[in-house]
Amino acid sequence: MATVSMTVNGKSVSGEVEPRTLLVQFIREQLHLTGTHVGCDTSQCGACVVHVDGDSVKSCTMLAVQADGAEVTTIEGLANGDTLHPMQEAFRDNHGLQCGFCTPGMVMSAVDLLKKNPKPSEGEIREWLEGNICRCTGYHNIVKAVQQAAQA
Amino acid sequence: MPDGTTGTGIGAAVKRVEDFRFLTGNGNYTDDINRPGQSYAYILRSPHAHARITSIDSSAAKAAAGVLAVFTGEDMQVGSLPCGWQIHSKDGSPMLEPEHPPLAKGKVRYVGDQVAVVIADTYSQAKDAAESIIVNYEVLPAAVSMSDALADKTLVHDDIGSNLCFDWEIGDEAAVDEAMSKAAHVTKIDLVNNRLVPNAMEPRAAIGEFDRATGEYTLYTTSQNPHVIRLLMGAFVLSIPEHKLRVVAPDVGGGFGSKIYHYAEEAIVTWAAPKVGRPIKWVADRSESFVSDAHGRDQINHAELALDANGKFLALKVQTQANMGAYLSTFAPCVPTYLSATLLAGTYTTPVIHANVKAVFTNTVPVDAYRGAGRPESTYLIERIVDQAARETGIDKVEIRRRNFIPADAFPYQTPVALQYDSGDYEATLSSATKIADVAGFAARKAEAASRGKLRGMGYSTYLEACGIAPSAVVGSLGARAGLYESAEVRVHPTGSVTVFTGTHSHGQGHETTFAQLVSDRLGLPMENIEISHGDTNKVQFGMGTYGSRSLAVGGEALIRAVDKIIDKAKKIAAHVLEASADDIEFKDGNFTVAGTDKSMAFGEVALTAYVPHNFPHDELEPGLDEKAFYDPANFTFPGGCHICEVEIDPETGVTEVIKFTAVDDVGRVINPMIVEGQVHGGVAQGIGQALLEYAAYDDSGQLVTGSYMDYTMPRADNFPKFDVATEGTLCTHNTLGVKGVGEVGAIGSPPAVINAVIDALWDRGVRDMSMPATSEKVWLALQAAE
Repeated sequence: MATVSMTVNGKSVSGEVEPRTLLVQFIREQLHLTGTHVGCDTSQCGACVVHVDGDSVKSCTMLAVQADGAEVTTIEGLANGDTLHPMQEAFRDNHGLQCGFCTPGMVMSAVDLLKKNPKPSEGEIREWLEGNICRCTGYHNIVKAVQQAAQA
Repeated sequence: MPDGTTGTGIGAAVKRVEDFRFLTGNGNYTDDINRPGQSYAYILRSPHAHARITSIDSSAAKAAAGVLAVFTGEDMQVGSLPCGWQIHSKDGSPMLEPEHPPLAKGKVRYVGDQVAVVIADTYSQAKDAAESIIVNYEVLPAAVSMSDALADKTLVHDDIGSNLCFDWEIGDEAAVDEAMSKAAHVTKIDLVNNRLVPNAMEPRAAIGEFDRATGEYTLYTTSQNPHVIRLLMGAFVLSIPEHKLRVVAPDVGGGFGSKIYHYAEEAIVTWAAPKVGRPIKWVADRSESFVSDAHGRDQINHAELALDANGKFLALKVQTQANMGAYLSTFAPCVPTYLSATLLAGTYTTPVIHANVKAVFTNTVPVDAYRGAGRPESTYLIERIVDQAARETGIDKVEIRRRNFIPADAFPYQTPVALQYDSGDYEATLSSATKIADVAGFAARKAEAASRGKLRGMGYSTYLEACGIAPSAVVGSLGARAGLYESAEVRVHPTGSVTVFTGTHSHGQGHETTFAQLVSDRLGLPMENIEISHGDTNKVQFGMGTYGSRSLAVGGEALIRAVDKIIDKAKKIAAHVLEASADDIEFKDGNFTVAGTDKSMAFGEVALTAYVPHNFPHDELEPGLDEKAFYDPANFTFPGGCHICEVEIDPETGVTEVIKFTAVDDVGRVINPMIVEGQVHGGVAQGIGQALLEYAAYDDSGQLVTGSYMDYTMPRADNFPKFDVATEGTLCTHNTLGVKGVGEVGAIGSPPAVINAVIDALWDRGVRDMSMPATSEKVWLALQAAE
């Protein structure tokens, strides 16, 4: 077992993990932050995207021990109390979610896109979100949501 | 009923009440639930498509760290996983119905079949221990393709003697043959409806729990219909009576049909929970989902369409082979029959139709309903053969459709394949879609694309579907082993807020919003005073769940009827307090008023009077304000519409790009246009996925070679344009709301529009056919072959 310490959503946390424990397992099972989801086992679907030191990361593709000392933000850390982040608000305004399962990863990925490219074209949005699979929306309203958030 | 487009009433694009929890990571999916003392199950699955199990040695696994128990099929002596629909063959004999044990007994029949379950303190321990189980298999030849299976050289189930599950027919074959013999032209087509993996983004999961103190079992599961699971698992598999079995389907991350069925894992964790004395959680990883979720589609069709000299359809004859997989999943037999062949008239006046369906067992994952369920298959067949008939007769592809449309004044319309359509206007949706798709400008766009070396094509689908499933007496006569009504309860609380309990289940559809809109509209209450509760058999009286675009047309109608009972009782209470006759009480905007006076009571005052009945008509009424309704629909509902797809193909690479996709759908009255459009977007994306990208491929040995997202092409954001979606409505004539259903139209209407567009694009280069999925490789090879 190894001890890991990191800052998650602004709070210092630490835990004992097996070396093989994935960051997403640590987040879900030890920190009980279940907003980060697991939708596949090949790092394709993006349901597990969180921010690690400011960059979007598939947390199923990183070991918990690799995040030792890092600043991690999960979907639970995005809103300010009941005030949604503009990206969350844009997803709600544009019906950018249906079943909600891919949504946390999709939102976290989209937030990182606008940080790196504040005024993306529709094509750039679609290309960026290529690593996040949604089965419900056909992406139409997700793209609209990101476009709205980019105007905010 | 008001048809407003503002506020929260019917027709308003109300933002969803469920979104806050999903957007903030506070959804409550099955894998998010952790029960005290919970253990974990790992299912050991068959690596072979067909093999005899000669021995299982699980001693090392049982001794491994953290392991609580290991069970095999020999340990788990329970009932068979039941099939909910019985088809009879044309000779009158019942379908062959093999036993389906939750854990394999003696033989495994597909890659992924459950062999053993390991239960341990942690998931990793269970998975690690499973690797030490030694299973000796005698590998048998596998019947992988339907043609191999129909040869009966290898029997998937030895005891039933054949791989032909049933050989069914509908329609008047003699009349069809007669019409064919006199036709000016007969168009023939051979099609494959590609096998798909539903791939809801939340993998299936289940938690079984047993309370020794009460003797009650609880199953948390990723289900579209928890009461159906309770009924099937309780009554048929585990012999647990309903009052001792609670099934909870909390937030569910998409279903698309794949979460209708009662699966082995649900029974395994429920059955094992008292044996290990702890709750047991099982969560599929995606690789497991690929080989354990019921697959969809997988039909082979031969069709012949007879036309007269004017292009009028005279007869349609269809022969279908439908893959059932290795076992009969819950609704599998009705998919190619009553959900598919009965739709073969489509939007056309074809006077005689005959279909023969052979359902086949193969050594593959069971196949069952996937978004559209049988209707995409018939729609694809009709809209492909109509396009081909247009090509062969030289009649324009739109004109040939118009000549054969059931006219808007012909409803109710009796088809030759059992269904009676209540309403529709196919010309209206076609002409609307034609404008939105800018068909007039297509020739110029095609020429412009050609100047860049690209091939443009446009394809149509003027489809119809039957949903709002379903009238119980009708489906009962056709083999359904259940009724398909729906129930609702409206519980008005003493201070006037309302909880609605619905037997439907929302897993993306937004019922918590749409159903609240209905109640808000009818009771004149603000949305925030209304809560929609679903998914827990201990809360909701009963329900058949959500599939077949039934939630609003059946569940919504049940809800309206319960609300009307509330209004009726509340009027009587108000009449008593206001000292008037109930007939004189008018209810509007949440107030009960004596007609022609200013004497009135607010809804909340009536509610309080019902629960604090000091001044109350005790002789006439019981206290309280809580009403239930069961609603059994009079008919199916019949959405229809027109989808137009415009594609551009790069002949150098074979890549097909969807440039524009137009969907104009008649879904009846629209309650929330934002949600309706979202449903169409998602359905269209799945339809385009089927047409261009997705295919569950087995190799000759029965290995699923597209068993992960690395291999199975899931549609991504960059596979699509924005969609042009509109509704053009006629109302359903047999429900109060006039609603038809929208969940499946996108997936039903779109695949033939896409393939017709691909063929149109390739036509001038000599390509005459294209199968789904039209991958870049397939398109490129077709272009090479045509040159």
